Order: sequence, then C-alpha cells, then structure tokens
Amino acid sequence: MTRTLRLTFAIVAAVTLAGALLYTSFAGSAEARQPSQMASAEAGRDYRLTGIVVPKTLRRTEGTITFRVKDRKGGASVPVVYSGQVPDAFREGREVIVTVQKQGETFQGKPDSLITKCPSKFDDGKQKTDGSMEWRDGSDKVVEGK
Amino acid sequence: MDVLGRGLLVLALAIALYGAVASLVGARRLQVAAAAPDAAPTPEQAAGGVLAAHGSAFVRSGRRAIYLLAILTTAVFVLVEIAFISTDLKFDVVASHSSATTPLGYRIAAPWSSQEGSLLLWVWLLSLWSSLVVWRAGRRMADVVPWAQAVLLGLAAFFLFLLVFYSSPFRLSSPVPFEGEGLNPLLQYPSMMIHPPMLYSGYTLFAIPFAFGVGALAAGHVGSDWIRHTRRYALGAWLLLGIGIVLGSRWSYAELGWGGYWGWDAVENASLMPWIIGTAFIHSVMIQEKRGMLRTWNVSLILLTGILCILGTFIVRSGIISSIHAFGSSTVGWQFLTLLAIMTFGSIALVTWRRPLLRSEHRIDSLLSREAIFLAGNVVLVLLVLVILWGTFFPLLTDVLTGEQRPWASSTWGWWVGPLALTLVGLMGLGPLAAWRKTTAKHAWRQVRAPLAVGLVVLAAGAVIGGSVRIDVWLALLFGGFVLGAVGQELLRGTRARRISTGEALPIALPRLVGRNRRRYGGYLVHAGFAVLVLAVAASSAFKETHRVHGNVGTQMQVGGYTLKYEAAIGNYELQDNRIKKLIIGAKVGVFRDGKRIETIRPTREFFPSLNPADGPVGRYFNGEAATEVALDAGLTRDLWVAMQPDGDALVDIYSALDKKLAGTEAPFQRGAVAAVRLAQVYALRPAPVTFQVIVSPLVTWIWIAAGIMGLGALLAMWPAPDLQARRVRARQKARVARDLGPRPGTAVVSEARSAGPRGPS
Amino acid sequence: MTVAGPLIVLVAFAFALFLLSQPFWPGQLERADEADALRRADLEAAKIAKYREIRDAALDHSTGKLSDADWKPIDARLRTEAVQILDELDGLAHIHGTAAEDHEDLPAAPAATAEDEEPPPATDDGASTAGAADPPSAR
Repeated sequence: MTRTLRLTFAIVAAVTLAGALLYTSFAGSAEARQPSQMASAEAGRDYRLTGIVVPKTLRRTEGTITFRVKDRKGGASVPVVYSGQVPDAFREGREVIVTVQKQGETFQGKPDSLITKCPSKFDDGKQKTDGSMEWRDGSDKVVEGK
Repeated sequence: MDVLGRGLLVLALAIALYGAVASLVGARRLQVAAAAPDAAPTPEQAAGGVLAAHGSAFVRSGRRAIYLLAILTTAVFVLVEIAFISTDLKFDVVASHSSATTPLGYRIAAPWSSQEGSLLLWVWLLSLWSSLVVWRAGRRMADVVPWAQAVLLGLAAFFLFLLVFYSSPFRLSSPVPFEGEGLNPLLQYPSMMIHPPMLYSGYTLFAIPFAFGVGALAAGHVGSDWIRHTRRYALGAWLLLGIGIVLGSRWSYAELGWGGYWGWDAVENASLMPWIIGTAFIHSVMIQEKRGMLRTWNVSLILLTGILCILGTFIVRSGIISSIHAFGSSTVGWQFLTLLAIMTFGSIALVTWRRPLLRSEHRIDSLLSREAIFLAGNVVLVLLVLVILWGTFFPLLTDVLTGEQRPWASSTWGWWVGPLALTLVGLMGLGPLAAWRKTTAKHAWRQVRAPLAVGLVVLAAGAVIGGSVRIDVWLALLFGGFVLGAVGQELLRGTRARRISTGEALPIALPRLVGRNRRRYGGYLVHAGFAVLVLAVAASSAFKETHRVHGNVGTQMQVGGYTLKYEAAIGNYELQDNRIKKLIIGAKVGVFRDGKRIETIRPTREFFPSLNPADGPVGRYFNGEAATEVALDAGLTRDLWVAMQPDGDALVDIYSALDKKLAGTEAPFQRGAVAAVRLAQVYALRPAPVTFQVIVSPLVTWIWIAAGIMGLGALLAMWPAPDLQARRVRARQKARVARDLGPRPGTAVVSEARSAGPRGPS
Repeated sequence: MTVAGPLIVLVAFAFALFLLSQPFWPGQLERADEADALRRADLEAAKIAKYREIRDAALDHSTGKLSDADWKPIDARLRTEAVQILDELDGLAHIHGTAAEDHEDLPAAPAATAEDEEPPPATDDGASTAGAADPPSAR
C-alpha cells in the first residue's frame, strides 16, 4: 500500500465516520412541537411533543399512564400513552416534553423519554428561592435549565 | 484562621510562580551550557560551567518550591478540614456545604462538594504527586525534570490563583448564620468520601506523565526515558481514576432511581475520556520502549490525556453541560477555558516543533505483529474518545443551534460505543498472543485456536442459558471468552516453560513466573478482568427484565421467576435536632419464589424539606430534594432491584389541602411540621397508589468483581519489581551479557568482553 | 489568633525564603557540576530496562510465541545494546562501588550449538554494529 493510497483510505474513513456521527446525532432530535402542530404528524416517525398535561386527564393503569397534552396557550390537545419512568414532579398542569410516535389517533410515548418542568431545587448545596425552573427526567436528574 | 489560611494560600501561589520561573531559567541555562563546546578551557567553556552551576542551582531551588508547596497546601487543606469538622460557620464555604448536624464522615467529605474545596483538593494532590516524582527522579533525567517541574508548578499556580482570587475557601460569611445549609442530601452516601478524591487523584496523577511529556519535548530528549520514568504514575492514575469511575457507577446503580450503572452523563464521560486515552497511552508506550516507534503518537496521547483531565475538572465544576453532577454553575469558567486553550495550542506547537526529533526509524513490519494490533487498539480507543467527546458536547451544539440542550439518546450511545468496544475486546485477545515484529500465519493460528475454542464454548453456553439472539451479545460472549482463553493460555504456557527450565513444582512456578514478569501478567490480569466486565455488561443488559407496576397495597407482580407482593405502606420521618430531616414514604414488599417467602424488602422514597416558604407550610416537606432508596438484593447470579415512587398528584392533593387549611392560622410553618409528620403517619394506614420499578438482571455483581480484578492487575503491574533496585555493574556482568551473544563478529568492546567471560561458547 | 495567624505566615515565608535561596549560596554552587553522576543515573535505568526486555523476549520464546529463528537476532541485538550501556557505565570512571551479582536477572541466551556456527543471515548483522541496532528488515 503506497503512502497516498493509505492517506486516501484514512481520509475516506474519517469523513464517513464523521458523516455518520453527524447524521445519528441529529436524526430524531427534531425540534419540539406543540399539539396544535401535530395534526400533520405521520405515523412511524419520532416527534418531540411539548405542552401542558391537561388537568383531569391523567390515568395510571398497571405499567402505563395516559394523559392529554395541550398547547401552552390555546386549547388544542392530543392523547398520549406512556410507559416508563416519570419524574416526581410530573403531574397534571405541569409542562412536559416527551418523544412520541403516532399510532392511530393516539401518540405512543417512547419509554423513559418524558421530562417535566418543575421549580428549581438545590443549587450548589443552596436552595433556590428565585422561582427559576428546570427540566427533570424520570430519574429526577436535571436535564436542562438554570 | 482566615488570615492564616489566606496568607498561606498567597504564599503558596508566590512559591509556585517563583518555582516555575526558577525551573524554566534553570532548564534553559542547563540546555545552553550543555550546548557549549566541550573543548579546552576557553572563556566560553568557563562560562558554560558557571552557567551550568547556576542552572542547576535554579533547578534545585525550583524542586524545593515543589516540596514547600506540598507542605503549604497540606497545611491549608488541614485548616479547611478543621473548619468543616468543627463546623466553623464563620466561613461561607462551611455554612453553605455543611452543618453541625451533618454526620462527621460527611463533614470530612463536604469540602469537595464545594468548588473551593475541589480546587484545593486538586492542587493538594498535585503537589503531593509532584513532590514524589521529583524526589524519586533524583539525578535521573536531569535535562527533562526541570521542564517538568515548571509544568507541574505552573498547573499548581493556576489552581492556587483561582483559590486566591476567585474561589477562596476562607471567604467569610456575613452575617454568620446560626446553622449551615448542610451537605446536599443526595451526596450523603458513603461513596462521597472516596469517589471524588479518587477521581481527582487520577486526574492529578496523569499530570505527572503529562508534565514529563512536555519536558521531554522541550528538552528534545524524546526517547523512552521519560516514559519509563512516569510509567508507574500513568498506571497509578489509570488505577485511581478507574476506581473513581467504578465507585461512581456503583453509586448510581444503588442510589438513583433508574437502575443503571452507566448513563453517559456528561461528568461520567468526562472521567471516562482521560481514562480511555490513558489506556491507549499505557499500551502504545510499550511499542516505543521496544521498538522506538510511535513517538509522536505517544507524546500526543499523553498531552491529550492531560488536557482531558483539565477538561474533566472543568465539566464537573462548571456545569456547562446538564448533568447529574451539576450542583451549580461555576465562577471559574473562563479561567479554565483559558488554561485549556493554552494547553491545547501549546501542545500542538510543541509537537510540531519537535516533529523532526520524533520521527521514528522503524515501520511496522507486519500486520500480524503485536505492535500492529496495539496500534489498531489505540486507534479504536482514540475513536471511542472522539465519539464520546462529540456526544458529550452535542447538547451544547444544539443549545447554540436551537436554544435547547438535547442530549444523545441512550440508543445512540449504544449504537456507537457498542461496535467500538467489541472490536476492542477482540483486539485485546489477539494482542498478547502475537509476538513483536511479526508472526507467521501458521504460527498465529497455533496461538489463536485454543482461546478461540474457549470463546466458542462461552458463546454456546451463553446462547443455551440466555436464549437471546442478539448479534452484539453473541460477539461479546465470543470475544470475552476469547480474551479469557488467551490469558489462560499465556499463563499455562509460561508456567510450563518455567517448570521445564527450572524444574519447579506448579505452585512455586506459577507465582514466580508472575512475580518475575509483573508488568506482563499484571496486564493480562487487567485483560481478564475486562473480559469478565464485558461478559457481565452484556449479560446484564441483554437479559435484564424490567417491570413497572402501578398499584396499591395488595398488588402482586411476577418478575424473573419471583413474585413480589406489596404488603404494607411505610410512612415515616426522621428527626435531627428536633427538626424534620426527611419524610419517608415507602413500601414493604414480600419476595416469594415458588410460593415460599424469601425475604422482605423496603424500597422507599425520601423527601428532604425545602427552605422555600413559597412551597407552603406542609408542601415544603415534599418539594425539596428527593432521593430514591433502592431495595437491592444482590447475588452472584442475579440482582433484584426494586424502586418505588408514590403518585405525585395524590400526595399533592393531600398536602395542598393541608396548606390551604393552615394558610389562615397563626404560625403556619410550626404547625406545618406537625401536619407533615401526621401526613406521613396517615399515609402508612391509607396509602395512595405507587409505581414500582422492578429489575431482575443477571451477573451485575460480576461487574464489580471484574473491576476488582482489573484493579488488582494494575496493582501487580505497578508493584516495584526486584529489577528496580538499582545495582552496580562491573565488567564480569558485561562479560556475561556479551558471552551469550554467540559467535558473531562484534565491536571491539564486545569481542573483548566476550573473551573475558569465564566460559566461552566454544 | 489575630496575631498568631500573620505570625505563622511570616515564619512560613522566612522558612521558604531560606530553603529556596540555599542552592544559590556560594558553598552550594560549586557542587553543581556532576554531569557524570547524572548520566550514570540515566544509564542505570536504561540498563534495567534493557535487561527486562531481554527477559521478556526470552519468555516470549519459551512460551512459543517467538520461533528460534526470530528470537536469536532479537536477543543478540538486545544484548549488544546492553553491553553498550554497560560500556558507557564503565567509562564513567570515578564512582565504583561494590558490585552485586545480578546475573540471575538474565535468562540464558540462545544455546551456541553447532547449527549456530553457520554464518549469520544477512539480516542479522545489524546486531553487531553499534548505534544502528536494528536489522535492516525493520526499515
């Protein structure tokens, strides 16, 4: 194998890997959509659904929970079926983001993908009292927000 | 005490700066003196002598600065510990990270939950290791050590600079509070006492080979001397960082409510990356030692390791990436970024400048050689780190692009890391089997066939027991078994060879063989441990059964051959100094197998009160931090892991009703405490529904055992071998070496030495 | 405490000043020139490493990883390099301590049997020339 051949091979491999890395990173991490934007949703594709859990629609059955999610402003809502961990702070009226796929008329949540917005707790050992919010996932880990 | 502490820190900073400059001046003068012509006593030569004398005086002074630094930072660290142990609330750092009611063990550990304490711990450990390495260096590597001193002192100066100007542990609190805020309850877990110090020890130990790498480049002494001299430190760093990582993952498994041991969390990744590059370094330096190749690669690896260690410290302390460890955003972000930039560009510049020296004389002879396999393994390790680096920082990228941090899904991590890790395990088996330089295909097959058979047996056993058809699991089983087979074969053949040559019995031959080749067999033991780790990870993730069950008292669940019955609710509280420390909501669960009760477990959820009055007099007891207490029944074959979570909304209904009731009354917060205790007691009798998460996964315990084996292997490889005791040489010994050379024409010295030998070959 | 704190810092400062400046004192300066001793320390380390390599190669051979034909030139080269180190060590005169016997550190070299008497293959002659210690096949 000559030097140039080797170099070409290395560059092609690097570019392929980098491309694949970019693709897998961005694929499926589409922008979060609100329920009113979900009318055009296609079955079998992942969407990140964001909105507020509609009061009095939350039902827990063995292993799964069902609820409706509505726009932050406005009434449009869609039904969600979810199985997986939920944060402590998850409840009716809270803002959530969940990755869903359309199945018939309902949206099936991806397990453990639900995160909930809740008041900030500890910060560097100190309690926060400034009313700031943060997102927490099913293991109650802060995933975003300052 | 604050004046003393601040004064000592300032003094330490001054000494570190002085020492760095003195070492640089000394190094430069020695270099110039060495370059001066060695001719007759001319004025230049005399000047060179004076220069050298002055140079070594500077270097010695710099070396003393390192020792002084170790003494001073030890003193400062002791002062901070005293403040924490005696809960001296005068200091802000104590007041905000500890309290009089915090148990002693956690008071001792509390300093490193704070930024100030972490930075201090860093520089303290660094100064200890630095002292050790320059003391051990003695007279060796006289050209490289001064530069390394300067680098180590420079790093120490950076951290001291932060401690003096930006993040002083001796900042006073005003007003002095009556009670400290306490250590974050989530951190009150025994690992807190060792997990962070281990990680920091690892990071700081890697600074030693980093500094020597820089020194070697600066001095232009790029052979394998610097590698030989810092090998133990690199291994030690690898070991301690590894222990830190494993303790962290064990903590996460036993204490966090998601049942996993690795979550690809930014801070986890931050510690894993230097560990992986360090692994690559430890392997590839062998090629440089044996064959003088890969100099650029090795020095680049260690420079990268050093940078990643600082990056790791930065990620932990800065909170720039959302993480389980993000206990607040840091005040020292830009300073770290500046240091990282200097290190990165400095490294690139140094390597580029020394390129001509680093060029190796040899090329790899054959793809069937140990060096080729090592190199392939190295490439995979570096790719792994690139992937992890990208995945770790990807959320930041999306933050810039879309204003929202989007971490990689765990499936994406698996997709990338899985294949790379499997390739690595395969190479790991092949490496020890191949010889240096080259192996013929026929010879290679003779080496590989027995280990391969072991791999196939493991695969077959796994397939029969597990019954899962997943290509990744199958490959993990095959390769894991292959590595174990390879290590076994090496041990067997080595012992056999020793028995033949010495006639020793097996129980003597085996330990002697290992004892005389510690590096080799220590490394093999690490490989064996890693193979067990891979098998355990594969089995525990592929054959894991997870069940989520929602219900109230009386609910039954069937998981992995067990029947679990929710028998009674637990509602309790814990007091500390007459105040509520936490409320405990939990479940008493009976575990049955074949109708027989095996045990009773009690998963709980603990709620620590918030100090925010806006949360309501009762509500505040539920709106602070909450921690899952996992009920874990660990066993050699399987772990039964149960966590529970009460329905948030049901609890909210109760406590907000209570809050409303109390709102109009006098001193609602005093009554709130009573109401909260009452609530917990009532919950035990009339519980709200809860969600259980039950996981039965096989062989998880073997992950911890495997880590132990790897640690032992590293210790064995590090343990000073008899050959380290320096011995005097003389001609007879030389004769012996030369005699064995055989009847070949040699240099005059060799021939002479040979003829001086007591027994000639003829 | 108000006085003790600054006082301790001052004492520490004086102590540091003493220690750091000591290497520059006139009497200390002369003792600096010990290039030989420095070189010796490096050579001792190199010697130990070389011996370990010889042992390593012998172990590879005895476990069957290196064939006889492969091992002999490697071993010869390593031993030549070891002798060069020992030569240089002996050349550094003055310090001559008592010698410890560490022959047992080295495994036996390839037996010089009759077959060995045949002229060495061309690829092996690198073993005999100082400095360029590698057979040409490595290039």
